[in-house]
Amino acid sequence: MKHMQTPSQTVGPFFHYGLMVEQDQNVLYDEMTRGQRIHIKGQVIDGKSQPVTDAMIEIWQADAGGHHNHPSDPNQAQADPHFKGFGRVDTVHNGQFLFRTIKPGRVAYDAEADQAPHINVRVFSRGMLIHAYTRLYFSDEEEANKTDPVLNLVPADRRYTLVASREDTGELPTYCFNVVLQGEMETVFFNP
Amino acid sequence: MQELPRVLTSLDWNVQPPYLHAPYKSTVLRSPQKPLIPLPQTLSELTGPVYGHENIRPLDNDLTKNAVVNGEPVGERIIVVGRVIDEDGRPVPNALIEVWQANACGRYIHKNDQHPAPLDPNFTGAGRVLTDANGEYRFTTIKPGAYPWRNHENAWRPAHIHFSIFGTAFISRLVTQMFFPGDPLMPLDPIYNGIPDENGRKRLISEYAHDITEPEWALGYRFNIVLNGSRMTPFETKDA
Ligand SMILES: [Fe+2]
Repeated sequence: MKHMQTPSQTVGPFFHYGLMVEQDQNVLYDEMTRGQRIHIKGQVIDGKSQPVTDAMIEIWQADAGGHHNHPSDPNQAQADPHFKGFGRVDTVHNGQFLFRTIKPGRVAYDAEADQAPHINVRVFSRGMLIHAYTRLYFSDEEEANKTDPVLNLVPADRRYTLVASREDTGELPTYCFNVVLQGEMETVFFNP
Repeated sequence: MQELPRVLTSLDWNVQPPYLHAPYKSTVLRSPQKPLIPLPQTLSELTGPVYGHENIRPLDNDLTKNAVVNGEPVGERIIVVGRVIDEDGRPVPNALIEVWQANACGRYIHKNDQHPAPLDPNFTGAGRVLTDANGEYRFTTIKPGAYPWRNHENAWRPAHIHFSIFGTAFISRLVTQMFFPGDPLMPLDPIYNGIPDENGRKRLISEYAHDITEPEWALGYRFNIVLNGSRMTPFETKDA
């Protein structure tokens, strides 16, 4: 007999002192981590194009070699022990967020195909009774993106919402990824 | 021989709340409206952060002690226990549970909480605990008070404790709220009533647990949590 899933409830407006107490949860690497350091910046926006200042973004990604430090990954032994893979951040400052991480490697899709480099993203906020799942892809991975089995499930005219655009104005490559909760330019959200 | 990761069940939308639930007004502009795209479960979805005792400090599971400045926090001391299982009834060990809540007067320590009720200098209302090998957890806290909010005229949230739970996979995540039995504010709460299924709603109400209540010390409540489970029998190759 299956047990019924416990239903979700909103994270509410006051999650910060419960979930954001530890500093630097938006920094996923240390000095030993392998891979190209990158920044990911963006803003969470509501259906009236207003910044959402009480959202929380969580990310989960493979290391530079495309492996996860998790028992379900058949290549866990090769995973970078100095890479956490998980990060989270709030959007108190004008709906904006920043992650400092590394560019992920390609993760296997099945026995034949690899996925394009991507980061799994989850959005929580006051006003969301349940979180939403999305994925971040990289604008400088055009070839890999073309054949990515997940990206190809998304209607072509909406794929752009998942592709973070690279900027090279700073010290590190910075990828811009806005999360639009609703409207014309609504981010593609997934049902995993 | 490699056992492939189990494919997990999706969110059960008969039980999980929808993004748009107009009586909860903040959902109106924050609800995605385009259809969700079904996502194949790859290694990216079936893995997730791994937690252990290094993530927990000694007083993290006692909210009556972890913020003491000059005395004990005010209010009714309670012990909350429960078990985290998946839909198949298997315990989920080493699940990180983070909790946060208002104090006994219904006031959060958060700077944006404007409710004119007193703060408690000895209570922050934040804690964390890891489930044991049987998926069980336990923490001590103060029973939170109800508090007003501005969703509609004379709106009050029933007393609740916020829960954040990390299961083993990225897609086993749950953020929810635990309520208390017999609270007259429940039928009036648009957040609780955002859950479409009556049995689902009842899942969020803890039960009074006399077996947990400690004489001359604290009342016990039990709140069990169910995360997603296997979608099908795991595929295994057998050694000949
Ligand atoms: Fe709350």
